[in-house]
This record gives sequence, structure tokens and C-alpha cells, in this order.
Amino acid sequence: MNENETVMSQEYKDAITSLLFQLADDDFLYAYRGSEWLGLAPHIEEDVASSSISQDSMGHAAMFYKLLEDLGIGNADELAHSRPALDRKNSVLMERVNGEGYYMETPLYDWAYQVVRSYFYTQAKKIKIDSLCESSYSPLADTAVKVKMELYYHRLHWETWFKQLLSSTDVAKKKMDEAIKKVMDDFNDVFSYGNEKLLIEKSRLISSEEILRDKWKASIEPVFTALQMEVPKLSDKPTKNGRNGEHTQDLEEAIRTLSEVYKFDPIATW
Amino acid sequence: MTNLHNAAEEEQLAHFMQRIERGDKIEADDWMPEEYRLTLIRLISMHGISEIMGALPEKEWVPKAPSLNRKLGIMAKVQDEMGHGQLLLRVTEDLLLPYGKNRGDIMQDLFNGNLKFHNVFHMETKTWADAGIIGWLVDGAAIITQTNMLNASYGPYARALQRICAEEVFHAQHGESIIMALAEGTEEQKAMIQESLDRWWEALLMFFGPASKETTGSSKQDLTIKYKIRTKTNEEFRQLFFDKYIPRILSLGLRIPDPTIRFDEESKLWSYKQPDWNEFKKIIKNGGPRSHARLNLRRSSYENNAWVRDALSVKVT
Repeated sequence: MNENETVMSQEYKDAITSLLFQLADDDFLYAYRGSEWLGLAPHIEEDVASSSISQDSMGHAAMFYKLLEDLGIGNADELAHSRPALDRKNSVLMERVNGEGYYMETPLYDWAYQVVRSYFYTQAKKIKIDSLCESSYSPLADTAVKVKMELYYHRLHWETWFKQLLSSTDVAKKKMDEAIKKVMDDFNDVFSYGNEKLLIEKSRLISSEEILRDKWKASIEPVFTALQMEVPKLSDKPTKNGRNGEHTQDLEEAIRTLSEVYKFDPIATW
Repeated sequence: MTNLHNAAEEEQLAHFMQRIERGDKIEADDWMPEEYRLTLIRLISMHGISEIMGALPEKEWVPKAPSLNRKLGIMAKVQDEMGHGQLLLRVTEDLLLPYGKNRGDIMQDLFNGNLKFHNVFHMETKTWADAGIIGWLVDGAAIITQTNMLNASYGPYARALQRICAEEVFHAQHGESIIMALAEGTEEQKAMIQESLDRWWEALLMFFGPASKETTGSSKQDLTIKYKIRTKTNEEFRQLFFDKYIPRILSLGLRIPDPTIRFDEESKLWSYKQPDWNEFKKIIKNGGPRSHARLNLRRSSYENNAWVRDALSVKVT
């Protein structure tokens, strides 16, 4: 189906809507967590590079929210700022705090966690975006092509960090190992479509969860092999599924910050 | 021997001053008198570290920006500022080479109070309007002082400023756009800008520095003019700022928080209430409202990430 076809079944529209919220909310939260690092990265060159990645990611979120707006779901700014945590479909991994403390005070963020979360997520996003380039919904396929160009650099950036830190000091390796465990504990819903799985997969909007998960594993395997490590396994503990609106307190707090000024007067022009 | 040495040095100095007078560009590897080198180090490291410390007050508003477009705009702006900081620290690092100092020493100087950063970045931010005022008026003030140095005698600084000034123009437009939206908005939004302007006014006047060293006991403006790093005095900059921004501020229906300010037709100068220069001295000695908190943030993140810098020094095979 493409945008020229005026008739879209409700089922198809529901599937697109659900998928777009997952994509938009993931990048919105990922960009926010990245922007909390502003001014606090390990060195100034990294501050410039990673703030560029956060900015690109916020741009991707804006594009996905705009696609929702075009579908008549609501105004993009409103969708980004005013939906409560229960309605959010981002992966739990994206909402997790960067470490101890609030960004406005003196937080002690964990760079190992930032590197692992960013590398695993960006690799996952690349796999999804590659699939979305072939999406049955052409406005989404067009957006995926744009995102793909920037994603190339993001992935390269985080992969470089990932390899470097795991090939360096014992302290770094230990911190990275801990971060990998922590990230994998929350990784189950990254490739989940939640309750909309059947609907989304049937609509040929994107490949199935299983195919994407396998591709992700295959794509990072050479990096792990070179580091003489095993690709980490998904957690077998029951975990929250963000795609179904199951979230942590971290998300509530993130939304409060992200929408503080917006909520001061949602009708006003800012 | 000593006389010969002195004579040779005097000749070098005379030759250097001729180059300055001619408008030659001095490059990093050229001979330069120590006074020139130290003036540049002080100026450029202060400029660079101010860009970096300046990211902190604005960063407070990055996640809170009230729309997706404003979020993107302010993210881009703060990223630019970090980029300027990086560019300027690289210029400073080259100048520091003969002293065997590097980036780590610059950071330590910041932490121990030897390296100052601009007074405006010691101030608190309270509302979204502050993000607008910083972009519009703080960056506007910076454009006035920095464009004056586009022809600075030191080539690496002049070239860095070409790029920085081009980006600062976008920043000022970004700030102006935030302010315009508020000025055309609700009564609460309008009140938000006035309240912000009232709080920032004195800091904006201080930004250009005292009119003479008699005011605060020290000023480097004479040296920077002697070496053709800049051409105008602090007071001339402040007057240019008034010329440019007072009409714009008034046209938005805002009030200048100085009832005494007026333009003298005869002298073509603005007379205004002096900011509290003792307060200025206190602020730049890290005694401002947010000085400690921001230095502490910078310091704690620097220490917290020490393991990362260690890990980067290991060569990956």
C-alpha cells in the first residue's frame, strides 16, 4: 500500500500506528538519555560527536511522530510530550537512567553503559531500518532511507568505542562486562512488537521479530568473535515489555522533564 | 655576551612588531614575544573554556525545550558551542607547547580557579525564556566582541573565529526566534521574557568587561589592542551592543531594566547605570550563583570518566 491509496483498512492503520509509536518513542527516549550526557562525556571531542548523534536521533523521532501526525493520530508535539507513560511504546532499555543522579545536579553517569546501550540499540535500529526500507507503507520506507544515511555513522562510532573499551584496561573490561549484563537484562522487548506482533507482521510493514533478532545476532557476532567473547544471551527472567506500555519509574521522570515547559501551556505557541 | 643577546632579542622583537604593524598573520611556529604568547593563551583558553562551561546552563534546557523543533534547535546549538570549545582548546594547546602543558593542564587550571570563564555562565537559569535570552543577547554580545577579532594578528585564532562567528549568527537567530514566539504569545509568556531580561541585564553589561583597569584593578584590553588582536575597547563594544539591541528590545514591548539609560545625541553615546563591578570581580573568581555547582559538575564528571581516558591510552591491535 502507498500514500496514494486513499483507502486503508483499519487493521492496517492500527498496525502502522503501533509500529510508528514504537519507533518514535524509542528514539525520543534514546535522544533524551544521550542529551543528558551533554558536557559530561569523557572528553570534548566525544561531547561533540555524541551530541550530534543525540540530535540526529531526536530528528528521527520527530520524523516518526510526523508520520503519525500525517495519519491523523494527533499533533507531533503533542504525541511526543503529552502521552503518559502507560501509553508509551518504547523499549524499557531506552528509558533507563544513565547512572546515578539527576542531570540537573551532579550525576555520576556510567560511560560503559552508554557505550553498550548505544551500540546494541544502534545495531538493532540498523537491522530494523534496513527492513523498513522495504516496508509496505511507502512513507515509512522513504523515512527509513533518510534515517539509514545517518545511522551508518552512529553505528561506526559506537562500535569503535565498544571494541576499544573491551580491548583496553582491566577496569574498562570489568565495567563493560557489567554494562553488557545490564543492557541484556532489558533487551527482550527491543525486537518485540508486543501485543501487536501478529498485526504488524501480517501487514508486511517490517520483518518478523525472530528474523530481526537473528540478523542482529549475526551482525554483532564477528565483533564478539574478534574480542574472543560470546554474543550475550537474552535474559530468561520475566521482563517488562515496553511495547505494551509496561514501564519503570525512570520513564515517568523522563516524561516529566521532557514535557515540563510544554505542559506549562500546551495550547501556547513556543 | 649578554648585551649581544639582548640586542638580538630586541631585533627579533622589533621585527615581530613590524609584522604586527604590517598586518601579517603570526602562526603557531613563528617566533613571538612571551607577552604576546601569554596574552593569547589567557584570551583563547578563557574563550574556549567559556564555550564549554557555557554548554552547562543551556544544557539544562535541552530536554525541556517545549517542542520537537525547539529540542532539535537547542541540541544543535549546544553541540556547536562544544565544537567551538574544542577548536579553541586545540589553538591553545599549540600555544602551550613550549611550556610542556596540555589539555589536562587546562582542565586542572579550570578546576583550581586559575582559568576563568565568562561571567554570564556563572548565572542561574530559571525559565525557558533564559534559553532565548542566552541565544539572543549573550550570543549577540559575543558576536560583537568576536567579529572584532576576525582580523586578529594570530592566524590560528582568526581562522577559528571565522567559523565560530558564522555559527554564532545562527545561534542568535535561534535565540531571537524563541524570544519572538514568547513575545507574540500569552501574557505569561511575555512576563517570562521580561523577568528573564531583568535578571540577565546586569550580567550582559558585565560581559564586555570594565571600561578601564581602574574599575576592577586589571584589564587586558590594552595588550590585546597593542598586538592587534582586537581594535575596540570594552566600552566601545558595550556601546555597540546598546546601539544594536536596545531598539530591538523596545520594539518587542519589553522594558530595559535601567530607568536611567538614555542616548546622548551630542556624544552619540549611551549613558547607563554601571553594573556592580565588585560583584563582577566576585563572579569571575568563581563566586557567582552557580560557579561552584557548574565547576563541581565538570570536575566530578572529569574524575568519574578518568577510567575511560586511561582505557583510550591503550593501543588496540
